[in-house]
Amino acid sequence: MPKLPAPPVPDALKPKPKRPGEGNGKEKPHEVAAEAGIHAADWVDERTSVSGGLRWVLFRKVPKGTNWFYTLGSATLFAFLSQAVTGVFLAMYYDPSPIHAYESARYITNDVFLGQFVRGMHKWGATVMVILIFLHMGRTFFFGAYKYPRELNWVIGVVLLVLTLVMALTGYLLPFDQRSYWATIVADNINGTGPLVGPYLADFLRAGPEFGATTLSRFYAIHMLLVPGALIALIGAHLWLVAKLGTTAPPWLKVEPPEDLRKAEV
Amino acid sequence: MADRRQAKSPYTEDRLIPGAFEGETITRRRFMVGSVNAAGIAATVAFTLPALGFALGPIFHRNRISWQDVGPLSDFPDTTYVPRVVTLTPDIGEVGKSTAYIRKHNPAIDGPPKDQYDNYVAISTKCMHLGCPVRYIEASQRFVCPCHGGVYDFQGKRTGGPPVRPLDRFYTREVNGRLQLGPRFSVNSELRRFSPRDPGEPLDGIGQYLYPRRFDTTNKPAGAKN
Repeated sequence: MPKLPAPPVPDALKPKPKRPGEGNGKEKPHEVAAEAGIHAADWVDERTSVSGGLRWVLFRKVPKGTNWFYTLGSATLFAFLSQAVTGVFLAMYYDPSPIHAYESARYITNDVFLGQFVRGMHKWGATVMVILIFLHMGRTFFFGAYKYPRELNWVIGVVLLVLTLVMALTGYLLPFDQRSYWATIVADNINGTGPLVGPYLADFLRAGPEFGATTLSRFYAIHMLLVPGALIALIGAHLWLVAKLGTTAPPWLKVEPPEDLRKAEV
Repeated sequence: MADRRQAKSPYTEDRLIPGAFEGETITRRRFMVGSVNAAGIAATVAFTLPALGFALGPIFHRNRISWQDVGPLSDFPDTTYVPRVVTLTPDIGEVGKSTAYIRKHNPAIDGPPKDQYDNYVAISTKCMHLGCPVRYIEASQRFVCPCHGGVYDFQGKRTGGPPVRPLDRFYTREVNGRLQLGPRFSVNSELRRFSPRDPGEPLDGIGQYLYPRRFDTTNKPAGAKN
C-alpha cells in the first residue's frame, strides 16, 4: 500500500518537539488536557483504522483545472442531507391518515414553531435537489467524466436520479390538499397506461382499484422508508467509486509528459 | 495410521477426498458451504415473500358489490343530468367521495335498455384521459374536463381532447321507488360494457387486450349484460 500523504496542517499548528531538558516526565495539566482528545481519537483509530480510510477519502490527488462545476455533486449531496434532516423532523408532526393528513400539514405550517420554515425548506429543497442533479449530470456529461472507468458510476447516478424523482412524486401527495390529490390521481393513471402491466402497477401504487384508505400511508412508507434507504446505499456506492477512481481532469487540460521524456523525444 | 481407513470405495478414490468414509461422494466442506447457503436463502425468502405478498395483497383483493341510495326515481328526468355525491371508498372522509351525473334512460337517444340495470344512466365524473373530475355544462350538453380539455357529449362519448374512451358509468337499480347506484363499469366507443378500467386505457380494438381486467375490480351484478 502506498504511503498516504500527511494532512496539510499549517506549520504553526504542528506540535513542536520538546527542547532538551524541558520534558522531565511530568506533564502540566493543560498538556494532559490537550492530549486527552488525541488519546480518544487514537483509542478509536487503533480499533478501527478509520483514519486511513478518512485520509483515503479526504486527501485525494485532484487534477489541475478543477473548478466550481466540480462542486455540483457535493451540492446535491447537501441538498439530500437537508431533505433527510428536515424530513425526519417533519415526520414528528405529520399524520399519514386520509382524515388527518391535511390538518396535520396545516398545523405544521401555522402552529408549530419554525414549522413553516422547515416545511418550506423541505418543499423548495426538493426542487433544488432535482435541479442540482441535472446540473451535476450535465457537468459529468459535458466534461466526459462518464467514460471508462467511470461508466458504472454514471449508471448508479441515473438510478439515483430516478429514485429522487420517485421521492418527488410520492412526497407531492403528502400535504394532501387538492393539488397533491389530483396530481397523484393523474400520475397514478399515467402509470396505468403502460400496456399489460400498467393496470396492475397502478393498483399496486393505489393499494386497490380506487384511491383508498391506505394509498396515502403507502406513499408515505415509500417516501420515507423504502426509497431513502436505497438512496443512502447508492449514494455510498457513488461516493466510494468517486474516491476510488478519482476526479477527472477537465477536457481542455492536456497531459504534459515529464521533462526527461520530452528531452528524450527531441 | 494413515492406512487404517484405506480407501476401498471407488468413489473416494476417484474424487480425491482424503479421509472419506466409504461411499462419501462430496467433501464435508462443500456440504457445509451448501447447507449454510441453503439455510441463508431459506431465511431470506422466509421474510421477503410474506412482506412482498403483504405489499402486493391489495391487487388481488376482490371488492364486494355495494349499492348506495341516491334518491327517489322522480328526481331524475331523461333530458338532463342531476349530480349526486357518491362514496367510492367508505370511511376516509371527503377523499373517498366523488360525483355521478344521473338521468333516466331515454330510448330516443340511448335505444332500448340493455337490461334491468340500464333504466337509469349514471355517468362517472372521472375523466378518461387521466382521471380529473369532469363537469356537465347544461348549455352545451357536454361534459368538460378542466385539466387537459377533454370534451364528451350528452351520452358521455368523447367528442374532443385527449380522452381515449367514453366516460365510465355505474350500474343502477330501482328499489321501492328509489334509485340505487352499484359498481362502476367502463364502456368502449360503442357503449359496450367492460369491467372498470383506469383512465387512459382505450377499450377499442387492441386496447381491450393491452389493458386487461384486474383482479381487484368488483364483479358485475347478477344478470348484467355486456
